[in-house]
Amino acid sequence: MDIFIQQVVSGLATGSIYAALALALVMIYEATDVVNFAQGEMAMFATYIAWSLINAGVPYWPAFFGTLAIAFFGGLVVQRVVIRPVANAPILTVVIVTIGLLVIFNSMAGWIFSYVQKPFPSPFPKEPVRLGSVVLGSHDLGQIGVTMLVLSCIWVFFRFTPLGLAMRAAAQNPLSSRLAGIRVGWMLALGWALAAMFGAVAGMMVAPVLFLDPNMMAGVQIYAFAAATLGGFTSPVGAVIGGLVVGVVENLVGTYVSFIGTELKFSVALALIIVVLLVRPSGLFGRATVKRV
Amino acid sequence: MNTEHTRRSFFVAAMILACVLPFLLSNFRLFQFTQAYIYAIALLGLNLLTGYNGQISLGHGAFFAIGGYVAAILMDRWGVPYALTLPIAAIVCLAAGFLFGLPALRLEGLYLALATFALAIAVPQILKYFERWTGGSQGIVLIKPAAPFGLRLTADQWLYFLTLAILLATFWIGGNLLRGRVGRAIVAIRDNPIAAQAMGINTSVVKAVTFGVSAALTGLAGALSAVVVAYVAPDSYNFLLSIILLIGIVIGGLASISGAIYGAFFIQFVPNFAQDISKAAPWAIFGVFLIVFMIAMPTGIAGAIALIRNRLARRRVPETAPATHRPGMQATP
Repeated sequence: MDIFIQQVVSGLATGSIYAALALALVMIYEATDVVNFAQGEMAMFATYIAWSLINAGVPYWPAFFGTLAIAFFGGLVVQRVVIRPVANAPILTVVIVTIGLLVIFNSMAGWIFSYVQKPFPSPFPKEPVRLGSVVLGSHDLGQIGVTMLVLSCIWVFFRFTPLGLAMRAAAQNPLSSRLAGIRVGWMLALGWALAAMFGAVAGMMVAPVLFLDPNMMAGVQIYAFAAATLGGFTSPVGAVIGGLVVGVVENLVGTYVSFIGTELKFSVALALIIVVLLVRPSGLFGRATVKRV
Repeated sequence: MNTEHTRRSFFVAAMILACVLPFLLSNFRLFQFTQAYIYAIALLGLNLLTGYNGQISLGHGAFFAIGGYVAAILMDRWGVPYALTLPIAAIVCLAAGFLFGLPALRLEGLYLALATFALAIAVPQILKYFERWTGGSQGIVLIKPAAPFGLRLTADQWLYFLTLAILLATFWIGGNLLRGRVGRAIVAIRDNPIAAQAMGINTSVVKAVTFGVSAALTGLAGALSAVVVAYVAPDSYNFLLSIILLIGIVIGGLASISGAIYGAFFIQFVPNFAQDISKAAPWAIFGVFLIVFMIAMPTGIAGAIALIRNRLARRRVPETAPATHRPGMQATP
């Protein structure tokens, strides 16, 4: 039973990373109808920026928030420069452009920081937390705490601030929003900026566990895809729940189903994505889209 | 027709050049050309699906891998002659593509991209997992076949000519397929699925079969590549291979047959030049090209060439057909 609880908590920790990245994907999807295949790589690049700051002697938390600010502007710039020109193009075009971004961020990281794995500090104490006979990793708990805090902030932002409301309006009905005086183009850019920021949180939280290298986020991203698909690409709440579920399931399957282990990790995500898409394409919490022809 | 004439003489010149090359180049350079031709076959397959039929595949490297491994396992385990493994690999991939295409029917645009993306990432792991068949991460080492019929060619020269012949055959078949009724159905489904259905096209069947044929072409290329390289390993079929193929059709030209050739030369030779700068440079260049092409030149190199050719043709004979008319394309019986 102790092992089970430990595995669930560590699954929730991984799941919170998936949740953050999945939420980033969902935000961009809601705002611009694009699945950003470069989301993970943008997060990875932001983590390298944090690493550089920390290496330059900046203490952890200032570096953390500094990175969030840089990621925010990075996301803004990416949307304005690269995504906006193809905003009205066919899906294929937009997918290819985000794949181009993926390739660029990945190779730039390799070029600037080399492909050698780098250790990344954790802001949480090394000693595990003991609750009775259950031993929980402090980083795991901290990771859950930080992502949940970020998620609550974003919920408050969208629910209770005028800017959040304007962003939701712009995503839902661009034309009416424009008529109501909302600058839709900038709202979409803001969506990308916030998504880049979540990605950065996910990257910095997962880097102490996975070690920092340019391909660090490939596995995380595919699980975030699975999470967003499971929860539904049209539902932020679904993305978070999907992330947590996927994290826990992945951990439990890895522990208790011996033939899968870690060797077929990606295939599990692949199978999950395909099954969800076949059985319930809109996900558990998403709304089915009805298209007018 | 004037343009038809230039087109034909250009083709003849290219063929003569292609046949002379093996006797001018070093074995290594020749090997690179063979690889470019192999890429061209794979790109033709992907372009059929993504360019013509509008089904996004970010995971065609998977079919390249299946083709390669089918050929390698057949040769290594059962001593099947390599020439026989090629059609078998194509047939296996036809089936695999068709089967993957069936559920993919229900997935539109982005979701299909997602599923194939996941497929591309999962492939190396799956290959490593079935170690008993695939030799795990070590891969399978094969023997490079020598020239048959007592031809006085080196192994590399023979494989070059074999690949060239297969390239011509697939492009001839592919070209005819796309020019005809089937080709129009494939394109109609991309442009307006509902109208296509209303015209009596069985969209599900056409889409699934297109997926199968596309996978078969790419798998054939994969099998050829296994024969030519004489080695298969899981990590040569990683996610980046699928991305390379995507880059090839985008740069060469989406929905263009000749584009597959331009794209193949691009993905084969550009990294060679860029590698001198940094290990990451080829990919940085690829990424920038992808985005710049999508924004500025979505029809790729083939589109640019067609544009230039039409401009020239119009200047020469202003009274002939409009720019969009391509002689020889409308020859219906």
